[in-house]
Amino acid sequence: MERHFDAELNALNERLLDMARLSEESVAMAVKSLKDRSENLAQEVLERETRINLLEIEIDEMGMKLLALRQPVASDLRFITSAMKIGSDLERVGDLAVNIAEVSLDLIKKPPLKPLIDIPRMTEVVQSMVRDALNAFVNRDEKLARAVCERDDEVDLLNDQVFRELLTYMMNDPSTINRAVGLILIGRHLERIADHATNIAEDVIYLVLGKTIKHHIEEIRRESDSKRY
Amino acid sequence: MVNGGGRTKIETRKLNFFYGNKQALRDISLSCAERQVTAIIGPSGCGKSTFIRTLNRMNDVIPGIRMEGEILIDGENINAPGIDVVELRKKVGMVFQKPNPFPKSIYDNVAYGLRINNGKSRSRIDEIVERSLREAALWDEVKDRLKENAFSLSGGQQQRLCIARALAVEPEVILFDEPCSAIDPIATAKIEDLIMKLKKDYTVVIVTHNMQQAARVSDFTAFMMLGDLIEFDKTEKIFTNPSSKLTEDYITGRFG
Repeated sequence: MERHFDAELNALNERLLDMARLSEESVAMAVKSLKDRSENLAQEVLERETRINLLEIEIDEMGMKLLALRQPVASDLRFITSAMKIGSDLERVGDLAVNIAEVSLDLIKKPPLKPLIDIPRMTEVVQSMVRDALNAFVNRDEKLARAVCERDDEVDLLNDQVFRELLTYMMNDPSTINRAVGLILIGRHLERIADHATNIAEDVIYLVLGKTIKHHIEEIRRESDSKRY
Repeated sequence: MVNGGGRTKIETRKLNFFYGNKQALRDISLSCAERQVTAIIGPSGCGKSTFIRTLNRMNDVIPGIRMEGEILIDGENINAPGIDVVELRKKVGMVFQKPNPFPKSIYDNVAYGLRINNGKSRSRIDEIVERSLREAALWDEVKDRLKENAFSLSGGQQQRLCIARALAVEPEVILFDEPCSAIDPIATAKIEDLIMKLKKDYTVVIVTHNMQQAARVSDFTAFMMLGDLIEFDKTEKIFTNPSSKLTEDYITGRFG
């Protein structure tokens, strides 16, 4: 039976996808602004933030309304609560893109410290994680979601690399500290974006399977169960 | 008083109602918006059925009742002398808790109101019967057995037949008094879906003791308790953030 409710769920889905698109683009623009040394691009990221934030509020309000008025159960319930959580993660992604853009604006004013290699590499991985997490959501693809979770370690390693390399610069030449710290911060923001992509992927797995894989909970529960017996 | 839905169809002003010495309604003032669904919820004995029955003067038949205050439909006082109660009950139709089809055929149930009102041609009656059964989402299920007795239908179908019967005389308002209490969940879902479609053309007022149903189908909700109107607002507001603690306690189930 086609339910009136289905149209409302679709509307929530659409809002979420709008927000996802905006957040993803902001991340891309923020890093591009640094690579291309474009103040305009960085500014644009700052300006888009409001739209992303308003969408988070809209998604929360839509979700609350559906929970209150439709008494959803099973997959409908999981979808609505997941949508609200994903909206929250996307808002943070938007914030982190702004943080990157702000650092970028600062770095652009100074001569470049070094050719950017690792940060663009990190960005590619992070962007693909965000994109895959959202595609996993759209297609309810739990395998794709798991693959996203597994890439998080790769990003952490790249971030360490970035940090270690820049540490060397700073130790050799204190005049580079300002710019090096900026780049380290960008690395950290990217690493946080990857974490949010992982959260989104975990929410997708919960949505599809009805069970959560967060925090290695299954292993923890198995261990504590085995200790009991 | 809240009215965010456009034109007011029904308005009560300080409505007081007594069964002999017992006061059943106390100073009820509320407006029902045109072509919207207004739900009335509240614990047993709060006066919600008494209230809805005043809207088409069904309480008139009860001996010993007394009423104060006004009830206006399209701005007209329905208790003024000279009001034709029969016409009122055509304009303001009612569907009851227990499906109550006439002991006649499906066709005759819907045609009854048309035949006793004014002479319509056979083909015109056929048209209206079909239209009403379609509007009540029942046509496909009964079109090949219109001559069968109404009691051969299931409870949910009988209820939709009663809705078709009310629709046949072209009402403007339809009152539902706990329409789904006596039928199963799937039939209930069909009727709720039907109510949401009906509001495109009719003003609907529904009394229900099932507040989730009120949440699902209505645009506005009135919460009554012991004859008083405690709160009346958009349904979304009532169920996400009611203004009165009494309302909150009732809908969260903290008191019966």
